Amino acid sequence: MTALGALIRRDIRIALRIGGGALIGVLFFLTVVVLMPFAVGPDLALLTRLGPAILWLGALLSSLLTLDRLFTADHDDGSLDLIVMSRTPLELACAAKALAHWLAAGLPLVIATPVLGLLLNLDATATGAVALTLLAGTPALTFIGMIGAALAVTMHRGGLLLAVLVLPLSIPVLIFGVAASQAAIVGPLPFGAPFSILCALSLVSFVIGPFAAATSLRNGLD
Amino acid sequence: MSLIDLANPTRFLALAARLLPWLALVTVVLLAAGLYLSAQAPDDYQQGATVKIMFIHVPNAWLSMFVWGVMSIASLGTLVWRHPLADVAAKAAAPIGASFTFLALLTGSLWGRPMWGTYWEWDARLTSVLILFLMYLGLMALWRAVDDPTRAARAAAVLTLVGAINLPIIKFSVDWWNTLHQPASVMRMGGTALDKSFLIPLLVMAVGFSFLFITLHVAAMRNEILRRRVRSLQMLQARAYSGSAPAGSATGQIAGAA
Repeated sequence: MTALGALIRRDIRIALRIGGGALIGVLFFLTVVVLMPFAVGPDLALLTRLGPAILWLGALLSSLLTLDRLFTADHDDGSLDLIVMSRTPLELACAAKALAHWLAAGLPLVIATPVLGLLLNLDATATGAVALTLLAGTPALTFIGMIGAALAVTMHRGGLLLAVLVLPLSIPVLIFGVAASQAAIVGPLPFGAPFSILCALSLVSFVIGPFAAATSLRNGLD
Repeated sequence: MSLIDLANPTRFLALAARLLPWLALVTVVLLAAGLYLSAQAPDDYQQGATVKIMFIHVPNAWLSMFVWGVMSIASLGTLVWRHPLADVAAKAAAPIGASFTFLALLTGSLWGRPMWGTYWEWDARLTSVLILFLMYLGLMALWRAVDDPTRAARAAAVLTLVGAINLPIIKFSVDWWNTLHQPASVMRMGGTALDKSFLIPLLVMAVGFSFLFITLHVAAMRNEILRRRVRSLQMLQARAYSGSAPAGSATGQIAGAA
């Protein structure tokens, strides 16, 4: 447990310090949301209607952008090999790394959502609904994305390949995240059903993600 | 001859050389019979002659999912048993599966033009088949990203298995999303039991297309083994030319070339 705690603390510290780049994800999120009115026009009514979708797409893309850093830096300086060979089960170590990554890169997106909601003319209920669904959904994005990050690091490729592999797998999270937000804002469906499925998707990804990433690291690193 | 014996690529090549002409013959006979029966089948009272697209479309759609299943079993073979031919099988199946998926989309869209008045409809089935197609392409991109086949094989095996777990989830989500946005479904195929005059040609075509897949798969596996042998020979030759170059990875990477 202390080993995992130390791993989480170390990863968060590295991510937040100079050169870590976790907060660039938030900046990217902001930039994507600011770009949207230029594409669809400064029509506030339209932006309100599209708001949850824009916020979810922005969060999806920026969580994808930071995923590259999950294993690459550790692979470059050799500490990934130590993690793989250590006595802590690799599945748990992967889960700890993903949790640290979410705390450093995913949670700031949720915190930034209310500010960005103002730009899109969302009212308090809508902003709260989107922030709540992002809080429940972004862990799934991180844990599913971890599989792609592990595959990419064993093949010394990142970037576009990672995006192409991970995006189709994150479609269910996007569907239920946006659906739950819309249900809370305009109805007619109850908020509970899609939100519960979103939480279920996150829980499933907690199981699949670490095991798949650990298998890929164990088989792929040499 | 058990599965273990086939681990020797030379034995597999010998078996493939014996089997391929017969497989090809069965495929041609079945597809010819299927096409003849399809042409003989009566027109649908609502859809007219366009119903005959179904005889091509349904086998392709069925195989698009079946091939992912074959790849998943092969991936288990790669990760669990380290069967030398498993990654060859998985790699050879991916482009074939992508082609079947593409043909299913293409024929579906050609059918949709006269029936729905549009080539593309964000219908639940079409959308999930499109996502399946994207995943096939991603898998092929993964195979092409690295030149070392054994390394690529393990990464692709993990992705294939994750995909096999995720595909039902994606299918369910897309169905849910679709009913949310389109309460009245456009299409209700198979709502009633198929008439025998449609069912028999469809089954013959399905078996024919399955044999087409087996034939193409065995041939593609044979090509992949030969390609790997050529590659290892080239590397040996390059090493022989460069003389004192360090004895490198050339020998370890062939799928146990005899």
